[in-house]
Amino acid sequence: MLAFRPIYIIMVREFKRFFRQKGRFFSALARPLIWLFVIGSGLAQIVQAPDRFSYKQFIFPGILGMVVLFQSMLSSLSTVYDREFGIVRLLLVAPITKLTVVIGKIASGSFLATTQGVILLILAPFLGIKIGFVQLLSMLIFLILTAIAISSLGMLIATQMNSLENFAGVMNFVIFPMFFLSGGLYPVKLLPKALQAIVYINPLTYGIDLFKHTLLPEIYRTGRGTDFPVEFDIFMLLLFTLITASLAVVFFNREGKLVLLGRRPRG
Amino acid sequence: MTAIEVKDLVKKYDSITAVNGISLEVKSGEFFGFLGPNGAGKTTTIHILCTLLKPTSGSAKVNGYDCVTQALQVRSSIGLVFQETTLDRELSVYENLLFNCYLYNLKKKVAEARIDEILEVSGLKDRKHHSIMKLSGGMRRNLDIARGILHRPKILFLDEPTIGLDPQARIHIWDFINKLRKQEAMTVFLTTHYMEEAEKCDRIGIIDHGRLIALGTPAELKRMIKGDVIHLRTTRDLEIEQMIQKQFQLSTKRTPEGIFLEVDSGEAFIPLLFKTFGDQIQAININRPSLNDVFLHLTGREFK
Repeated sequence: MLAFRPIYIIMVREFKRFFRQKGRFFSALARPLIWLFVIGSGLAQIVQAPDRFSYKQFIFPGILGMVVLFQSMLSSLSTVYDREFGIVRLLLVAPITKLTVVIGKIASGSFLATTQGVILLILAPFLGIKIGFVQLLSMLIFLILTAIAISSLGMLIATQMNSLENFAGVMNFVIFPMFFLSGGLYPVKLLPKALQAIVYINPLTYGIDLFKHTLLPEIYRTGRGTDFPVEFDIFMLLLFTLITASLAVVFFNREGKLVLLGRRPRG
Repeated sequence: MTAIEVKDLVKKYDSITAVNGISLEVKSGEFFGFLGPNGAGKTTTIHILCTLLKPTSGSAKVNGYDCVTQALQVRSSIGLVFQETTLDRELSVYENLLFNCYLYNLKKKVAEARIDEILEVSGLKDRKHHSIMKLSGGMRRNLDIARGILHRPKILFLDEPTIGLDPQARIHIWDFINKLRKQEAMTVFLTTHYMEEAEKCDRIGIIDHGRLIALGTPAELKRMIKGDVIHLRTTRDLEIEQMIQKQFQLSTKRTPEGIFLEVDSGEAFIPLLFKTFGDQIQAININRPSLNDVFLHLTGREFK
């Protein structure tokens, strides 16, 4: 059972909060630029990009993936903050299903992440990447698919977190490894075998692969570009979403956990 | 009609039994108070009634719906105001209220009308677009309660509505609750550990260690104690308590605060006490029985 209005208002709330927290807003804007122009420029000096491509072009799909990764994860993990400040209780006592709550949160994060991704696409022409209407439309769809998959994973992680104190742990052991082991910064095939295994269970890999298909179609022929067919990428993202989102719904407030956590039951 | 029906309700956590076999009924339109010390099981009971927790055994029905199998119906027919505020500090008063209206699937037009109406009653009309950060503790509490009734629930659950507020703010909250009760004609189920607040309820259940130890109107409960309560402070509580028991054949209760006696007539009894223990009495007090005395009578402990 799904209700439209509750999902809508959960999204509106996330959106307002995002724009009101100035720090969040500006760091979301600055993060991809730093990667692209500071780190991208630095690495370009020592890394040789596949012929006819600049390193900045090569990592652009990866930076888009990073934007989606950070925003989706941060939005989903804000559920833990909502729990500490009691907002989750409001959701749980309202006449809506857990599925509605989880979808509302996933939709919020995905919407913010996709919006940021689309804004970042403005830079593409300046990097020498041509975007036509078809590419723009495909990018929109691929950004949404990637954002939903990562937001779902974020929700699953949020159900397992007791407080925001573990946030640094999630940053170090989930978010950064997901970014570095996604094929976004360097071709997956160059990684040692053991690390490649992680690449394959990382949803961001398939998202970035889709971005490469759309933005840098010619890189495929150099052998340093995309790793999978488009259909396989989409299938993996959908499969990943289905599994993590279902688990998130199951674990969401298992036996009053979200109501009572952080505050011992009183009275 | 029965608003709330609870039978043999038990809730166990790993090692603790928070609710230990509670049964009670609350009639429609009743103002019911759940009174008990901290940790007695009040909040756990409310959370089960509001479908946030599942009972270990026993059953609970709210507005005729089962709290386990018909959770969604229960939730749409109740409002719950939590002990801690659940306002979003980054949103305005209006945005907080609208958030709730939409969660309960109210249409925009209906929501706007309800919000204006509720702001008027709660005295927050000129704060509509203020940030939550700018409201005082009392105003926030008012807003928490106002939010709980936006969707016109048949039952309003209030978990310790005045906890942590100063006396002035508490009076305001009570005015607001009374106004709402008159206007909305709803059942109110309230938990509190303030005796004075429980006195205002139609009926009270006293809960201690997860058990319901008394149920009735405040007057009925106080009638469990005959006559007056004498509170005595002496130099040697232990010996004097024993001597009083022997000499007057009275049941007494001794706490760190002194000795408590239940007698038919306090005025007549005090001279007798003075005659026997005159020089050892430090202070003496006669009281009409309060709910605190009822609690002491039932548990042998003072209500703290």
